[in-house]
Amino acid sequence: MSIARREAEVEPFIRLQGVRKIYRGRREDFLAVSDVTFDVEMGELVSMVGPSGCGKTTVLKILAGLHSHEEGTVRIGNQSDRFDAARDIGMVFQQPLLLKWRRVIDNVLLPAEILGLPMAEARERAGHLLEMVGLSGFAQSYPYELSGGMQQRAAIARALVHDPKLVLMDEPFGALDALTREKMNLELLRIWGESGKTIVFVTHGIQEAVFLGSRVVVLTAGPARMADNFLVNLPYPRGLDLKTQEAFGDYTRRIYKLLGME
Amino acid sequence: MNDSRDRLRKWVLIVVMHLAAVLVWQAWITFGKVEPYIMPAPLDTFATLLEFKTYRWGHNTLITAASVFGGFWLAVVVGVILAVLFSWSRWLNEALMPLIVSLNMIPKVALGPIFIVWFSYGLGPNILIAFSICFLPILITTTRGLNEVEPELIDLVRTLRASRWQVFTKIQLPGALPYIFSGMKVAVVLAVAGAIVGEFIASEEGLGYLMMQVQVSLDTAGMFMAVLMITAVGVTLYAIVLLLERLLVVRDARME
Repeated sequence: MSIARREAEVEPFIRLQGVRKIYRGRREDFLAVSDVTFDVEMGELVSMVGPSGCGKTTVLKILAGLHSHEEGTVRIGNQSDRFDAARDIGMVFQQPLLLKWRRVIDNVLLPAEILGLPMAEARERAGHLLEMVGLSGFAQSYPYELSGGMQQRAAIARALVHDPKLVLMDEPFGALDALTREKMNLELLRIWGESGKTIVFVTHGIQEAVFLGSRVVVLTAGPARMADNFLVNLPYPRGLDLKTQEAFGDYTRRIYKLLGME
Repeated sequence: MNDSRDRLRKWVLIVVMHLAAVLVWQAWITFGKVEPYIMPAPLDTFATLLEFKTYRWGHNTLITAASVFGGFWLAVVVGVILAVLFSWSRWLNEALMPLIVSLNMIPKVALGPIFIVWFSYGLGPNILIAFSICFLPILITTTRGLNEVEPELIDLVRTLRASRWQVFTKIQLPGALPYIFSGMKVAVVLAVAGAIVGEFIASEEGLGYLMMQVQVSLDTAGMFMAVLMITAVGVTLYAIVLLLERLLVVRDARME
C-alpha cells in the first residue's frame, strides 16, 4: 500500500511518450511532430522552443485536446492532481483575442460563463486576477483602450479565471515589441510564482525559453522531432541580469547548437 | 469636453450645409431665371405643405413610411435569420445561396405588375417589393460577419467545451453586429427606392403615387415636395439605424 502510494507520488503531472502526429494532405502527408517525450511536474514552467514548422504549436494543441495524435501516449493528471480536460486548461495565444464588445472584466469572465461557474465568485476572482496582472484600474475599459501588452495581460487573466491546473501559452509575447516583451517575461515569472500554475510556454525565442523555463524542450524542424529536454538550473526569482551570466549563456548556446546555428 | 465641442461643431456643420444647399437652390432660380414648372423655388415648394387637403401629406407620408419601414425591418429579420441558418448548416448555405443570388438578379421593378395580379393594390405588395430589393445586402454581410471568427478563439472556447449555442450567442452574433449594421445602412437606401417604385406602379396612395398624380398637371413644386418627404422618410430610418448602432456596437467595432 505505502509502496504503491509512493510510486503514485512520483508520477509526473504530464507525461508525453513517443508522440507522433501526421497531417494527412491531399498530395502528401506531412510529419508535424515525432519522438516527443517529456514529463512536466506539477507547478513547473516548461518552455518549448524551436523554429517554425517544428511542431511546437501542434504539441500544445495535442495537450489542449484540440488535436489527435497517431502514435505515443499523452497523459495529464495523476492521483494527487486530477485533471478535468474541460476545466483545467487555460490558453493564451499570440493575439490577445479579446472580444471587442466586452469590457476587460467581462472578457476575463468568459471562461467562467462558458463553464457555468458561480458568477459572484468568478467576478471576485477576476478582480483579483486583474490586480495580479496589473490591470486593476482597467476592469471597465474596452480592449481598444488598452495597449498590446495590456491586452495580453488581460488574456492571461482570462486564462486563469476558472482556476485551471494547466496553462498553455502559444508565443504569447511574439507580437509585442522587444522592450514590452522583456517586461512581460518578468511579469509572467511573477504571475507564475503567485499562482503556482503548471505552464507550458511555446516560443521561438531561445533566450526567452531559457529565461522563463524551469525545463526546456527543444524541437527541430525538417523532419519535426524532439531534439533535447533539459532542466534549467538557474534559481528563481530571476531578473534580467541573469542573461549576462555564464550559465545562462551555456544553456542558450546548447540550444543554438541543436538548431544548427553555431 | 473636447468631445462635446467636436460634436457641436459636427451638428452645426450639418445644419449649415443643408441650409447652404437650399440657398444655392434659391440663387439658381433667382439668377438663372428658371421657369417654375421646370424647377420650383424652395419657398414655392415648401408652400405646398400648406395645401394639405390637396396633397394629404400626413397620410401619404405615413403610407410610404409604412412600406419603407415594413420592407426594411422584414428584410432585417429574414436576412439575419437566413444568415444564421446558413452559418449553422453548410449544406443549406451551399444549396440555397446560388439560388438567392440568381433570384436577386430579377429586376424587382418587374415584379410590380405581377404583385398586383397576386395581391392587388396596396401596402402589402409595396412592402414586399421594398423587402425583395433590400434583403440581400443584409443576408450577405450578416453571413460574412457570423463566419468572421478567429480560429484561435474557436480553439480557446473548444477547450472549455463551449456549446454551439454559447459560441453563437457569446461570440458569433455580437461579433456579427457591426456587419449587420453595415448591411442595414446599404439596405435603407434600397428600401426607400423599392417602396417608391412600388407606389409608382402598384398603389393608390403614398408619396410615389402622389408624384404620378401631380405630374399630370405639371405641378413640379408638389413633386419636389414629395421627393423631399420621401428623402425625410429615408433619413429618419437611417438615423434610427445609426442610433441603434451607437447603442449596440462598441465604438471600436463599428464599420464606417
